[in-house]
Amino acid sequence: MIELRHVTLSYGSKAVLRDVSFSIPDGDLCLVIGRTGTGKSTLLGLFNGLVPNATGGAFTGRILLGGRDVTGTPTRDLAATIGYVGQDPVRGFVTDTVEEEIAYGMEQLGVDPQAMRKRVEETLDLLGIADLRGRPLADLSGGQQQRVAIASVLAAQPRILVLDEPTSALDPTAAHDVVATLTTLVREVGLTVVLAEHRLERVMDAADSMIWLPGDGRAVAGDPSAVLAVADVTPPLAELAHVLRWTSVPLSVRDARRRVQREQVTPPEPRDAPLPTQPVALAAADLRVRYGAVTALKGANLVVAAGTVTSLMGRNGAGKSSLLWALQGGVPSTGTVTVAGRDPRTLAPGDARRLVSLVPQTAADLLYLPTVADECHQADVESSAPPGSCATLLADLGITLDPTADPWELSEGQRLALVLAVQLTAQPSVVLLDEPTRGLDYTSKAALADLVARLAAKGTAVVIATHDVEFAARASQRTIVMAEGEIVADGPTREICTSSAAYAPQTAKVFAPFPVLVPREVAP
Amino acid sequence: MAASADSLHPWAWWLWALGAAAAASLTTNPLTLLLLVLAVSAVVLLRRSDAPWARSLRAYFVLAGFVLGIRLTFAVLMGLPMGTHVLFSLPEIPLPEWAAGIRLGGDVTLEGLLFTLYDSLRLAAMLVCLGAANALANPRRALRSVPAALYEASVAIVIALSVAPQLVASGQRVMRARRLRGSNERGLRALPSVVIPVLADAVERSMALATSMEARGFGHSRRPGTGPLVLVVGAMASLTLGTYLVLGSPAAGLGTGCLAVGAVGAVAGLRASGKALTVSRYRPNVWSWQAWLVGVSGLVAAGCVLATSWGLAHPSTDPPEWPALAPLSLVAAALLAAPLLLTTREPA
Repeated sequence: MIELRHVTLSYGSKAVLRDVSFSIPDGDLCLVIGRTGTGKSTLLGLFNGLVPNATGGAFTGRILLGGRDVTGTPTRDLAATIGYVGQDPVRGFVTDTVEEEIAYGMEQLGVDPQAMRKRVEETLDLLGIADLRGRPLADLSGGQQQRVAIASVLAAQPRILVLDEPTSALDPTAAHDVVATLTTLVREVGLTVVLAEHRLERVMDAADSMIWLPGDGRAVAGDPSAVLAVADVTPPLAELAHVLRWTSVPLSVRDARRRVQREQVTPPEPRDAPLPTQPVALAAADLRVRYGAVTALKGANLVVAAGTVTSLMGRNGAGKSSLLWALQGGVPSTGTVTVAGRDPRTLAPGDARRLVSLVPQTAADLLYLPTVADECHQADVESSAPPGSCATLLADLGITLDPTADPWELSEGQRLALVLAVQLTAQPSVVLLDEPTRGLDYTSKAALADLVARLAAKGTAVVIATHDVEFAARASQRTIVMAEGEIVADGPTREICTSSAAYAPQTAKVFAPFPVLVPREVAP
Repeated sequence: MAASADSLHPWAWWLWALGAAAAASLTTNPLTLLLLVLAVSAVVLLRRSDAPWARSLRAYFVLAGFVLGIRLTFAVLMGLPMGTHVLFSLPEIPLPEWAAGIRLGGDVTLEGLLFTLYDSLRLAAMLVCLGAANALANPRRALRSVPAALYEASVAIVIALSVAPQLVASGQRVMRARRLRGSNERGLRALPSVVIPVLADAVERSMALATSMEARGFGHSRRPGTGPLVLVVGAMASLTLGTYLVLGSPAAGLGTGCLAVGAVGAVAGLRASGKALTVSRYRPNVWSWQAWLVGVSGLVAAGCVLATSWGLAHPSTDPPEWPALAPLSLVAAALLAAPLLLTTREPA
């Protein structure tokens, strides 16, 4: 359905793709994998001409869609052939209600109003969002927005659908809904779907084929379990395969489970140290946050011990961010917060950040200077730290950044590292991270988990709000689950995560009822 | 057969409201103005939807009250030298000679107050009428019904309408985030730490939107041609020249000719450029007979007030006399309330 012939694409002297040829068969769900910055989005953009039309770059080679050579065709003329959903669907919305958004693409193509009416209805039904038709787009949940975005490109009836990280911003349940929708489109409607994704564990089960971009200009296409066996991208099941020295990677929990049972792999009894409760780094009681008529946080009680890593999970809108912001004092709240005998909410910003430091979800909001070096210098000044502290921290994170680089040109992971270094320069006793793994690949996530562990070893209390159960399982000892602005579960990560279907990491599902969290625990 | 107020063509509501505003502008009779405002408010309150803009009438009433209050306060403080019925006196502050003609304090007369009250009531009523249009007509749908030639402009406005709140939200987020870096700078020094993240975010947002629009076929059906553009620009030049000649020189014949040529050219240019666009509209607004009647009722109401005799439309304030109600203003108010019969509140 999609065929690339001898495609080479380079930006300046850097070749992203070098003489790449492959074809994706009709009706496949094809997964594009690779580390951050290896050109996954670039490859997706090539199919409908967004690359190089909108991005520039030197391009040679041919691209065929359904046997038709479309090389050089303007993107807008391919809308009925190939549907494209970008990374953040909300940013791609043009209108403001579900129905109008779905009709937008057809309006552009000049579809007859009668036919348009009919197709909007069909598309609403196909994606199971008919009950949302008149709703404002801004009021929808993340998973619903993603499905509307898919519906809005499908209404033009393309045979190919391309998605860039469709589940990365979603909580596990919403991600599952979106993947189920995509599977239906492939299996029942016969579309060809190509998607790039960092969180492979969410989609690899559904994949028919896989393309791995190693980052050296090659593209390795093939059968998913074969590609995963060689790729430098290691979802939990691939890690498990490495640990158990399997040559092919099981693609689903079921496959792994059967193989584990067949080979009678018995995990060792986990020996966790009991959760420390002393010394207390942070104590909050009856914490409440209201935004107008909405109560986002309904009386949270929380005690966090120094030197521990706690993860905070729950649906989008469960109150995780509100809790973190309230603890730091960035949003008005009632109740008590005590850190080292003081209340960070009443302190001047400069003093508050020495007690509690928060890295927000949109970390880039904190950056405003032209170069990395300037940001580091400013961080030293505002923390009254000796010159060079921030730069040293950055090096400690294992990330080398060009000091003259513009922070806005960095990758998501690099930007996060910079903001983290800036925030840690103040040497706070409590560090709060809001969704830090968004846009990070497995290697960067492992580096972040190690860093968090080192912080905890130095006595810092770390609280991480995250949707990423695999990261939570790896990085934290304690897990708090929130729903509707309340804390509904609180306990050791092993207990909480292995007892719930929604928050269980894949390894736990493979070995249930044995409470295993991460693959390395079963190393023979 | 009444149509749903929500589905009525938005420009019909605008026509009706502009008619009402015109009617209000033609009279200073407080009884007539009160009737007009009552009729318009009744239609809004009984026919508006639950959309955010439907709650805007209140804001317009507040604005109208503000206008009324300010003008009356100034009338009391500065006084109007008319009439003999002194209500009360304020101590007069003597002003230097160069401020001759301005008075501060002094006698406040019934005539002066009445004159100000009637005049500002007229302005307040017009504001309420505009507020009614805002509350009843869906602004986005109104923009969707512009001529095809202006399609790109309307798209730009629609996007601006949704980007503005996003920009505000992004600004609030960044302001909140500044605390995290321990910043308590204020004024100009704080500007870069707010403006740069917001702008960078806005640029990224725009790029994402542009990509999405392009991928969904925006611009697919506009066949670019320079013909209509040249025609429209030429017509505009001709119109400008014509206006200048008509207003500024005795050569009125030439000026009228230019105006006529310009008008014809503009219409032809807009039509030609509209034909080059084959974008279709999803559930387009239909200009129904109810829309005709709603629009016409507003215009006829204005006509009724225009036809009222000068004395009835502008009751005397010096000497003060009780305003009489003209029968025609009753007709005007009834006409403005006609949408109540022509439309229903049930959503489409």
